[in-house]
Amino acid sequence: MDKNTLTINGREVAIAGERNLLEVIRKAGIDLPTFCYHSELSIYGACRLCLVEIQGKGIFASCSTAPAPGMSVLTDTKAIRKMRKINVELLLANHKRECPSCARSATCSLQDIARKLGVTTVRYKQPAADLPIDDSSPSLLRDPNKCVLCGDCVRVCSEVQTVGALDFAGRGSNARVVPAFSQNLADVECVNCGQCAAVCPTGAIVPKSNCDQVWDAIHDPEKTVVVQVAPAVRVALGEHFGFKSGENVARQMVSAMKMMGFDQVYDTCYAADMTIFEEATELIERITRGGKMPMFTSCCPAWIKFLETFYPELMPNLSSTRSPQQIFGAVARRTLPQQLRIKPENLVVVSVMPCTAKKFEAQLPKFSTDGRPDVDYVLTTIELAQMIESMGIDLAALPPETFDMPFGFSTGGGVIFGTTGGVMEAALRYAVEKIDGKPLERIDFKEVRGLTPRKEAELEVNGVKLRLAVVHGLGNARKLLEDIKAGLVKVDFVEVMACPGGCISGGGQPISHETDFRTQRARGLYETDKVRQLQKPQDNFWVEKCYQETLGGHPGSHAAHLALHTHYQNRNQIFDAKIPVLHGEGAADKIPVCITICTKQENCPGQALLGMVVDYIKKNNLAERFDVDAAFSSRPEADGTLAVTVGDREIGRSDSLEATFQAVVTALNAAC
Amino acid sequence: MQQTMEKTQAMIDHLAEVNRILEKNGYQESRLIPILQEVQDVYKYLSKEMISYVATSIGVPPSRVYGVATFYAHFSMQPKGKYIIRLCDGTACHVKKSHGILNALYAHLDLSADKRTTDDLLFTIETVSCLGACGLAPVMVVGDEVHGQVTPEQAVAIVDQLRAAEKQA
Repeated sequence: MDKNTLTINGREVAIAGERNLLEVIRKAGIDLPTFCYHSELSIYGACRLCLVEIQGKGIFASCSTAPAPGMSVLTDTKAIRKMRKINVELLLANHKRECPSCARSATCSLQDIARKLGVTTVRYKQPAADLPIDDSSPSLLRDPNKCVLCGDCVRVCSEVQTVGALDFAGRGSNARVVPAFSQNLADVECVNCGQCAAVCPTGAIVPKSNCDQVWDAIHDPEKTVVVQVAPAVRVALGEHFGFKSGENVARQMVSAMKMMGFDQVYDTCYAADMTIFEEATELIERITRGGKMPMFTSCCPAWIKFLETFYPELMPNLSSTRSPQQIFGAVARRTLPQQLRIKPENLVVVSVMPCTAKKFEAQLPKFSTDGRPDVDYVLTTIELAQMIESMGIDLAALPPETFDMPFGFSTGGGVIFGTTGGVMEAALRYAVEKIDGKPLERIDFKEVRGLTPRKEAELEVNGVKLRLAVVHGLGNARKLLEDIKAGLVKVDFVEVMACPGGCISGGGQPISHETDFRTQRARGLYETDKVRQLQKPQDNFWVEKCYQETLGGHPGSHAAHLALHTHYQNRNQIFDAKIPVLHGEGAADKIPVCITICTKQENCPGQALLGMVVDYIKKNNLAERFDVDAAFSSRPEADGTLAVTVGDREIGRSDSLEATFQAVVTALNAAC
Repeated sequence: MQQTMEKTQAMIDHLAEVNRILEKNGYQESRLIPILQEVQDVYKYLSKEMISYVATSIGVPPSRVYGVATFYAHFSMQPKGKYIIRLCDGTACHVKKSHGILNALYAHLDLSADKRTTDDLLFTIETVSCLGACGLAPVMVVGDEVHGQVTPEQAVAIVDQLRAAEKQA
């Protein structure tokens, strides 16, 4: 037997480097059912649906069997058929079956497989236990009663994103997929990227829906509801309505949204152009004035939370520019009431995003104006599709319409923001021209495009050398950060998007089973960019006009800084072992104060600082305003500097006990 | 200040012991189970704080360490008493009415299947599937001491003796 082939149901099939038998079988045109197999994740072999009979050997799970020459494989014997059906039946018995009202109705793999295999009855009793639903996160909703323990979310979170917010706990019939200590998702290191929801075969983790609130606002005659739509939405929304992956349906989408009752439909690409004005200006300033390098992009809220949690020491490297969603919100609140002649309180700002983390971002207190969030509600692409569908609109049959002005105008640079490399390319179109001081000849920077995990490039502009890196997927981001910290990689400007492929495959996008959906969606954005008459963000004259009228005349101005920039929050203490030191009686909304004590250091000054802070709070009768915790960490806090947070503010690190104490006192008084 | 110092010092001392255990095991992820075993040997159970601390120290997500700690019956996330009473409920002991002993102890110590440790942290009752001493059924083990052919009355008397000895000491 020297031929590298095996037989599947009697037909000869070549083995061409496939990792497992399942891939060979699929190549042969037989789509075996699975829950737990994803080509991008490690092999788990838990769902037992991809069973095959290997003649002379017995029955195996094909996903975890290596193909070997000469194998004779049967995919559909009487015994296998029976086993598969029983396995699905058992999964269904453990699954809360409220299919018609489930968010994943029609896109559920369990439903799909049960239908395909002809499972028409479930002979087993449903377990009585009704586990509590976790609705703590603004981004995701977890219903453990629908979980089939396939482990897809666990693996995507730890392997692809290297976050590890979810894992198996317990054993046997008590086994569950939960965050650490069975806490709520909002209280752990989850970065809200929603990749777990994207791989979940059932409705056990789904993006949290805000459709009802948006309908309420639309139906409220007092309110003027404006909406912004992110670039990646337009190349994926169509999939829900039978369009090909990557087809830009922006015009039909605007038409549908007008029919739904949105008063103004704007484009986040406008805000993306404005983001580039600020971010590229910041980059040039850091280069010329010797600021903190490398600079990291700040558009992606999952990436931001990842950095704040795992690498807070690198927060100064993040661009302080807000994300396009929040820039749009800030500009809308400042200009629209006057422009649309409405009362500020009647303006409702909605955004449609490919992303679940944007829901988290929008509710952060720092992104509000006069106590009201700049963006009221965030819908995902899937939610928008469902809302359109619920009105009975046939997207394909709609006459095209265009975005409303002025925030509907954008350049190609703003459009490509939705895919990995796009923010970098748009920033380069701006920065290279500014540094060079003459019109840009080469618009395309193709070296930063594509789905390679890490893309690196070097440019020389007017004597300035720019070293660039683009990563997508947080695991790739982590590797890059480690390489930068170890001095293995020297870069000046880094773009990070948390989801593999960037926003085009965000946690809020329609679930696609096509193998090349990322490439197709990215192609849709680049083609849109190519046919735009203006491709450089700096050519967006509506953005320019907004700077003249409301943002201090130019990027980087004081007014622009107030409206369009932000600060970050150290979230590292979330992991530390904590004990309450001073939890007095008092109002429920006390401000948390947390001081880290390093256990690796003899007489860590954190301990003395804690004593001083507690004494100060007691002496000044502030005990009912603050909860003081001591956090213990073996992480070497760089040469004994003190780590303190008051509320969401990190107190500037210093190795002087007295200086830190004074800074804490100032922060305490400011918080009161 | 004095009070705060005392409170945090106790935790620092505890964690110094955990540091020693971590050091001994080279902060290796592959040594997670031995690390948890040693920590539990010292503190009788694995608190949330200890699990977080071990997780961050060896660079593993706390959810994974929690998963390991809840998978093995050997690990407990509830505080345990000074005396751990293991009552056998294997086939032989079960037939010899080990349940009567369990119920007598539950009633006497005000415990239940959900609350297995007394408030004074003196006694914890556990049931085990087989102690391999079926000839002595029903069997009860207190600490390292094995008691065979126990009646409910004897079991209660053993507990009372220990409590009395504790009071004297």
